[in-house]
Amino acid sequence: MSSRIVNWFKFSSPATFYPLAGRMIPWFTAAAVILLGVGLYMSFFVAPTDYKQGEGYRIIFVHVGTAWMSMFIYVVMAAWAGLGLVFNTRVSAMMATALAPTGAMFTFVALWTGALWGKPMWGTWWVWDARLTSELILLFLYLGFIALQSAIDEPRRADRAGAILALVGVVNIPIIYYSVQWWNTLHQGATVSVSQGSSMGTVMLWTMLIMTLGFWAYAIAVVLARVRCIILERERDTTWVNELEGGVR
Amino acid sequence: MKARHKRFVFLLAGMVGLGLASWLVFRALDSNLSYFFSPTDIAQHKAPKDHVFRLGGLVEEGTLQRGQELTVRFVVTDGPHKVNVAYTGILPDLFQEGQGVIAQGRLGADNVFVADEVLAKHDENYMPPEVADALSEAHVEGVTEMATKGADK
Amino acid sequence: MSAAEFFAMGGYGFYVWGSFGVTLLLMVVEPMLLKGRRRAIQKRIARMARAKVGER
Repeated sequence: MSSRIVNWFKFSSPATFYPLAGRMIPWFTAAAVILLGVGLYMSFFVAPTDYKQGEGYRIIFVHVGTAWMSMFIYVVMAAWAGLGLVFNTRVSAMMATALAPTGAMFTFVALWTGALWGKPMWGTWWVWDARLTSELILLFLYLGFIALQSAIDEPRRADRAGAILALVGVVNIPIIYYSVQWWNTLHQGATVSVSQGSSMGTVMLWTMLIMTLGFWAYAIAVVLARVRCIILERERDTTWVNELEGGVR
Repeated sequence: MKARHKRFVFLLAGMVGLGLASWLVFRALDSNLSYFFSPTDIAQHKAPKDHVFRLGGLVEEGTLQRGQELTVRFVVTDGPHKVNVAYTGILPDLFQEGQGVIAQGRLGADNVFVADEVLAKHDENYMPPEVADALSEAHVEGVTEMATKGADK
Repeated sequence: MSAAEFFAMGGYGFYVWGSFGVTLLLMVVEPMLLKGRRRAIQKRIARMARAKVGER
């Protein structure tokens, strides 16, 4: 038991985590390319036309996956930030910092595709209903986290301030998820839910899941690449970084 | 207690406190966060009388009338209650009888809701047309079966 | 199905391609920005290492 704990803390050292992340990136990159390639092919050539929305519903294949990612990445970011706060481990805080831009990107894409879907189907780009508004707040939480961290020069203090913001913002996640049940919204209810299964054709559902897995793999690859940059930037004065990347032996 | 444990307890207490506070806020705001009123809300006089609000429900089958130019009239229902709606303008692609709709406007003195914007609210079902046809046929068969069974008794 | 029909997406072409296009664009731009960031920090570290060697 105790040896296992020691092992976990070993990975929380930047010098061990840096090469490990580097070895994982190519695998996740390959997975992302394959899954998104298959997903895109299925989105346009395999998935059938919808009975009500015709070809326009195909936006769902990017919209739902990216919206899930936007919420999921936030939870993971807050979890890493919380770990960093409690255990004072450097890598956890760096992971939180590395997740934020990708999370913000997915949130933006979810909002963007939602607007492009809403215009022809609902008849409007945007409404201030509970679902759309809470997702917009999520984007601001990500941007606030990034801004707060970059405004504080001392990295450890930046980590702590960001962690508190990230943890406070977690309340928004169940609000986004359940908004369509708790209040009357223009946005429809969940198509795929844990409690009720899915109300979607099988091929459509598979296409959506493969696209989502592709977004997952992409997010992991990009975040690992970013955390490696952050490690180098923060540890640039250490011997191990100099031996590894200095090019001078 | 180690410093790390202390931090953990503080964090947990903070999260619980925050969760409780936001739960109370959202309970207090509850109805204000809803995007629209249902016909039942209107029947119970929950909807505002003198200013603009949104009405949501299903367009009742067989009630859509297209008047001169772009004016349409239809009935919005949520089952127990109905509201007459008049609207002049362009309807979204998904607008149909039996389909969900959200209209923004005022309730006139004659109890006709005069809308200045109509949005379509769609459901969470996506399927190919063949499946939709098969489903609706099965539904019709199920209904007739039930009706004939009822008659047999 | 002809190519023109495919790109029209049953009249929803603008919305469908606008969604997929922007998503894909961002997913290409983000890794490229990261590549630049990595190269910048690597250069900086190499410069610092050279400076240190020079001091000796």
